[in-house]
Amino acid sequence: MDVDFTPEDVAFREEVRSFIEENYPKNLGALERSDMSKEDLLAWHKVLHTRGWVAPSWPVEFGGTDWTVTQRYIFNEESARYGTVPPMPFGVQMLGPVIYTFGNQEQKDWVLPGILSGKDWWCQGYSEPGAGSDLAALKTKAVLEGDEYVVNGHKIWTTLAQHADWMFCLVRTTTSDKRQDGISFLLIDMKTPGITVRPIITIDGGHEVNEVFLEDVRVPAKNLVGEQDKGWTIAKFLLGNERSGIAGVARSKKAIDRLREIARGELENGDPLLSSADFSRKIAELEVDLTALEYTELRTLAAESQGQGPGPESSILKIKGTEIQQRITELTMEAVGNYAAPWVPQLDVGDNYLAIGPDQSHGVSQTYFNTRKTSIYGGSNEIQRNIIAKMVLGL
Amino acid sequence: MDFSFTEEQTLLRNMVQSFVSDNYEFDTRMKIVRSEEGMDRGIWQQFAELGLLAAPFSEEMGGLDGGPVETMVIMEELGRGLVVEPYLPTIVLCGGILNRHGSDAQKQAYLPSIIGGEAIWALAFNEPQGRFNLADIVTSARAEGDDYVLNGTKAVVLGGPWADKLIVSARISGDQRAREGVGLFIVDKSASGVSTQDYPTVDGGRASEVTLENVSVAADAMIRDANSGLGILEEAVDHGIAAICAEAIGHMKMLNDATVEYCRTRKQFGVPIGSFQVLQHRMVDMFMEYEQSVSMTYMVNMKLTEDAAARTKAAAGAKVQIGKSGRFVGQEAVQLHGGMGMTEELNVGHFFKRLTMIDTQFGNVDHHLKRFAAA
Ligand SMILES: Cc1cc2nc3c(=O)[nH]c(=O)nc-3n(C[C@H](O)[C@H](O)[C@H](O)COP(=O)(O)OP(=O)(O)OC[C@H]3O[C@@H](n4cnc5c(N)ncnc54)[C@H](O)[C@@H]3O)c2cc1C
Ligand SMILES: Cc1cc2nc3c(=O)[nH]c(=O)nc-3n(C[C@H](O)[C@H](O)[C@H](O)COP(=O)(O)OP(=O)(O)OC[C@H]3O[C@@H](n4cnc5c(N)ncnc54)[C@H](O)[C@@H]3O)c2cc1C
Repeated sequence: MDVDFTPEDVAFREEVRSFIEENYPKNLGALERSDMSKEDLLAWHKVLHTRGWVAPSWPVEFGGTDWTVTQRYIFNEESARYGTVPPMPFGVQMLGPVIYTFGNQEQKDWVLPGILSGKDWWCQGYSEPGAGSDLAALKTKAVLEGDEYVVNGHKIWTTLAQHADWMFCLVRTTTSDKRQDGISFLLIDMKTPGITVRPIITIDGGHEVNEVFLEDVRVPAKNLVGEQDKGWTIAKFLLGNERSGIAGVARSKKAIDRLREIARGELENGDPLLSSADFSRKIAELEVDLTALEYTELRTLAAESQGQGPGPESSILKIKGTEIQQRITELTMEAVGNYAAPWVPQLDVGDNYLAIGPDQSHGVSQTYFNTRKTSIYGGSNEIQRNIIAKMVLGL
Repeated sequence: MDFSFTEEQTLLRNMVQSFVSDNYEFDTRMKIVRSEEGMDRGIWQQFAELGLLAAPFSEEMGGLDGGPVETMVIMEELGRGLVVEPYLPTIVLCGGILNRHGSDAQKQAYLPSIIGGEAIWALAFNEPQGRFNLADIVTSARAEGDDYVLNGTKAVVLGGPWADKLIVSARISGDQRAREGVGLFIVDKSASGVSTQDYPTVDGGRASEVTLENVSVAADAMIRDANSGLGILEEAVDHGIAAICAEAIGHMKMLNDATVEYCRTRKQFGVPIGSFQVLQHRMVDMFMEYEQSVSMTYMVNMKLTEDAAARTKAAAGAKVQIGKSGRFVGQEAVQLHGGMGMTEELNVGHFFKRLTMIDTQFGNVDHHLKRFAAA
């Protein structure tokens, strides 16, 4: 057992750090994520692409890196420390591995480069009004007519579909007694006639999710990934990958640093809030939780590097990671005291609203409300517990 | 021992409840929140006609002589409708201060227009550096002949944009956090030297940052004397706490009912999600939090008129309970609604946001735990 960094690792950290410092687009630093345009969200992605660092976990032959687990960990940590906008997960984390694992050569040739370069923005068309936790209940139908599938249905909660060029979509191709059979994995061009995207505004005032209506949408049959009716295996493979990225340890560390800084600036009876025993104790508790999660993640990564894929244990990372994120945003809101109250949601920002209160208080309530989503999406935390109960504990 | 309501109190509850459900459906509420002004003056006028604005005031002033229990009943029902009109700042906080401590002249000058719905008031007691300490006051009141001259900034004044009059806490003497030397002053919002920066709040309300620059007020604009401001303010805030506890149990009741109903009807895996035991237990916990909150809300409202020590302990304890329970109920209501709970379209998120702000308003759980321990 050993968690020390080798001299090579230390040198690698230096390399990553200076690359980020020298190349990170300067205008991004001043923007909240929720205020970013599509171009802003892709700006750093495009820089990473020039360096070959968009998808470190992909195999080299598909445009990944040959980094060790430790190097990937270092890269994530440095990125989070600087607060970079990570590449959108839908292409890099979710679809990419599906394509190089299940796709045919032609699909590898056109999908993977578009993800890496940032040319193609992907969105995830899984959930439906009647199929949330119970994903296999999905009803969106695809019927093969000649060399095209005709797709009809209704997807919901589709993150950033308003920016998307493409959607990877679960559709029902055959109705069978076992609902998991008969599902297929289709790649759909968002410009195809018959697709309507309708915004859903969330409680933080943001436009992040959408409904996607599909009406007689004609999709070339060659956009089917894997075999028809066998999409469920792919769907689940993708969910496993989605989950492991969700722990967000490095970003939570950064968020705790920011929390501490805010608590240093806030006054309670003339003294920094950070010097209050109550408040610093709460931060300490969070940090202990996060340290435990970090080592749990390292153990998982180490097992992975020895060839064990992400198992049901990755549900721990999802549950604990999101609970910690939620707690951080809650404490941050608590730190700013009365200035949690002002509300200037992005949609309403106009010239007539000036910022209220100290800079550090801006948007903290919105972030708190927005972060409630993390225990719902990516398989809700209740579902994750069911997975552990069933797959790990054998109940 | 008796926890039952009188016939009059039950009639009052029924009246407010039916007014709110007839005139303040969620869609109407959201239209009001999104309107330019952010409140509905017509609704406020109807409150006056129904006697709600007269409830806590003495009969000789044209009031109905109600006590804390009447206010509690009204606030709970307003809470069920997520009503944004400024009952708390105008009637409970400022009206309460005038009623309990105003001179005869002040009462006669101001209460009739409050009761009639013509005047809206706001209590300007927070300061940017003060966090939840009511005594942490930099705003100064300097005596000049028969007048006082006020200078300073008041933070997050709820209902500020709608107010005609403010009651402002200011330091007449003593150090920044001294308990002595605090005065409460009635300030006309249109007085020279008063400026405001108005903004919406997380919970659908409106607030102002209020700047006072050489604002001159006559000595008779002071409530009582130059030394009793803090005690009056603390008492007013405890009345405010008792009122928002009642508002919060209205929110929690609505959230719990909505969640149980949703879990009965929402199907996943071929069954209502309410059949999953883990969700049943969660809803049982939400229900217990609500019941504990109701108990603490009754408790504080019964003890509001006791001496300062008993009142402080009661208010601090109730605020801790409501802060914790409100957070739990709000978060879990969203969680159990899944993606739907995250949408602006459903009322669930709006109850959650108001409950979140109630936790901060007048001091959060940590603040009141310390206050409880010290009381
Ligand atoms: C902000 C956000 C972004 C999203 N982005 C995407 C996206 O890009 N693409 C996409 O396809 N989907 C996306 N989703 C959808 C997300 O995956 C679903 O919301 C999630 O699967 C839950 O489904 P549901 O909302 O229908 O809730 P439901 O499944 O109806 O769940 C409601 C409640 O019941 C609980 N529950 C359900 N079943 C069980 C059970 N068996 N045992 C115990 N408890 C249970 C849940 O945990 C939850 O608390 C997003 C959701 C959100 C909120
Ligand atoms: C100190 C003590 C004193 C007692 N005194 C008496 C007495 O005077 N007279 C008497 O008759 N009995 C007595 N009991 C017995 C007591 O009533 C039983 O222990 C109790 O009913 C639980 O039964 P069990 O021990 O068989 O546990 P089980 O019923 O086997 O339960 C084991 C666990 O499973 C949980 N569980 C069981 N069913 C469900 C379900 N449907 N949903 C969710 N969780 C479930 C339980 O909560 C528990 O955590 C006593 C027990 C103790 C510990």
